[in-house]
Amino acid sequence: MGPLVPEIISNEFNLVIAFIIGIGFGFILEQAGFSSTRKLAGLFYGYDFTVLKVFFTAGITALIGILLLAHLGLLDIDLIYINPTFLWSALIGGVIMGAGFIIGGFCPGASICAAAIGKIDAFAFIFGSILGIFIFAESYPLFEEIYKMENWDAVRIDQYFSISPELFAFLITIIAIGAFITTTQIENRINNKKVTFSRSQLIKYLVLGGIPFIIIAILTYTPDRQEYIRHQISDTQQQKKCIIKEISSDKLAHELINNYYKINLIDVRSQDAYKEYHLPLAINIPLDDITNHEWKAYFVQKYKINVFYADKDTIARKACLLARFIGKSENYVLKESPGQFRNLFFNIEPPSNDALKTEFNTYRFRVQSARELLYLENALKNSYNLLRKENQK
Amino acid sequence: MNPYLAGFFLGLVLLTTIYITGRGLGASGAIKSVVVASVKMAAPQHYEDSRFYEEYDKSHPESPLRSWLVFEILGVILGAFLSGLISDRIVLKLEKGPGIRNGIRIIAAITGGLFFGFGALFARGCTSEAALSGMAVMSFGGILTMMVIFGSAYGLAYFARRLWLKR
Repeated sequence: MGPLVPEIISNEFNLVIAFIIGIGFGFILEQAGFSSTRKLAGLFYGYDFTVLKVFFTAGITALIGILLLAHLGLLDIDLIYINPTFLWSALIGGVIMGAGFIIGGFCPGASICAAAIGKIDAFAFIFGSILGIFIFAESYPLFEEIYKMENWDAVRIDQYFSISPELFAFLITIIAIGAFITTTQIENRINNKKVTFSRSQLIKYLVLGGIPFIIIAILTYTPDRQEYIRHQISDTQQQKKCIIKEISSDKLAHELINNYYKINLIDVRSQDAYKEYHLPLAINIPLDDITNHEWKAYFVQKYKINVFYADKDTIARKACLLARFIGKSENYVLKESPGQFRNLFFNIEPPSNDALKTEFNTYRFRVQSARELLYLENALKNSYNLLRKENQK
Repeated sequence: MNPYLAGFFLGLVLLTTIYITGRGLGASGAIKSVVVASVKMAAPQHYEDSRFYEEYDKSHPESPLRSWLVFEILGVILGAFLSGLISDRIVLKLEKGPGIRNGIRIIAAITGGLFFGFGALFARGCTSEAALSGMAVMSFGGILTMMVIFGSAYGLAYFARRLWLKR
């Protein structure tokens, strides 16, 4: 699941990718005409709106693409970088950039493309931007206060207006198409061009313009991957189809004592329940959080087995099924509830004198296990704390 | 190239970037890295003492020239050059509006660049970082910056008309 950096792609290789992506970026900008200052300025005098068309189409393509990838469960939208909003700095910086745009006839990306194909004015613009950046850096203390004022953090526009991302995508696509039609008319009037569309051209534009709306409709009216998974696991038919491996408390205790490093014992109850009592060595991942990115590592690995437990058998089973959707780890469900486990090991009564020998053996095993489990838990806690202290240094 | 097709491809490049790296494209950020690296090399003492570089250093523990955007911009230069090559557009030339002198164009380009560089740092990103990438990830600040850049340029277009239009 994306983003691929840093988990799947290393930071080193990422720089190679930066170079390759840059080639694509530069090639397209140059092909689209961003290397011509006359074309860029045309946007503001109405004789050439190419830049607006490229810009808006690119933004909407990427926006709908992100929503689609997130919908399919391929991209975690909570992990991507959202430019933070600092109200005053955005307004002031924007006004200054607008002035730079109309005076210089470039934006930084365009100037670099133009310089690459030999435009002398583009070199002058880049020289100017180096100066501008240097001046800002040197005079930064003067602006620092206003630069950091009104920090709204990484707020998204759909969150700000409390609408769905799909609705925002829909609205901005309508605005863009409206802008494309209007600007084309303005362009033709200013350049004294009479343009008529043939029937086939009209159909082509209608079909192409319809594609974003079809995708947005799909996004809005079909369940996304998360919903699909949740539906699947609550479906009792599906639950029956899937065989879940169970592990008994005795077996678990035995495995933990001998191979604790091969087992993730996962408490899928609420945090409060976990704090009140949990099995030795257990970690807490509440059922609703299992699909969160931070826990993914537990379910994609194949070195350790996961053992889930909860008060209700069905909840532990759901967790186990969810884990199966996320990764390929080996998953088990504890047969007993944590309360039963506690009674079996920690509140155990010695058997009466006339009990069978096997009962005595079980009793001895459980008492011994309880002691060893507590010992293990404390020992591991201790080394973990030492490790954490080491890291803090 | 048809502008909508170019826009679609540009959108795919941006989408790929976000899918792989979790962040969008940029341009002025690379120039910033170069400026910061130059100051660090030329005046290390001043670099240590300045507030701006101190904050930059804190948020960029690696050398400024090893930043993602620097490598991306090296790619941009090559990509644009290749595009110019196949479309036969590579020529040393000064482009300007009709009826202004070369000297004026150069001064305007430097001034414009100066404003743009300064503004891009002020707004935490230029047309690529804040406006285009910001729009793709629906950042409130990014979309606001985009509207202000274009609004400001349209508002000032009348006063700058001599630079671009026939008299």
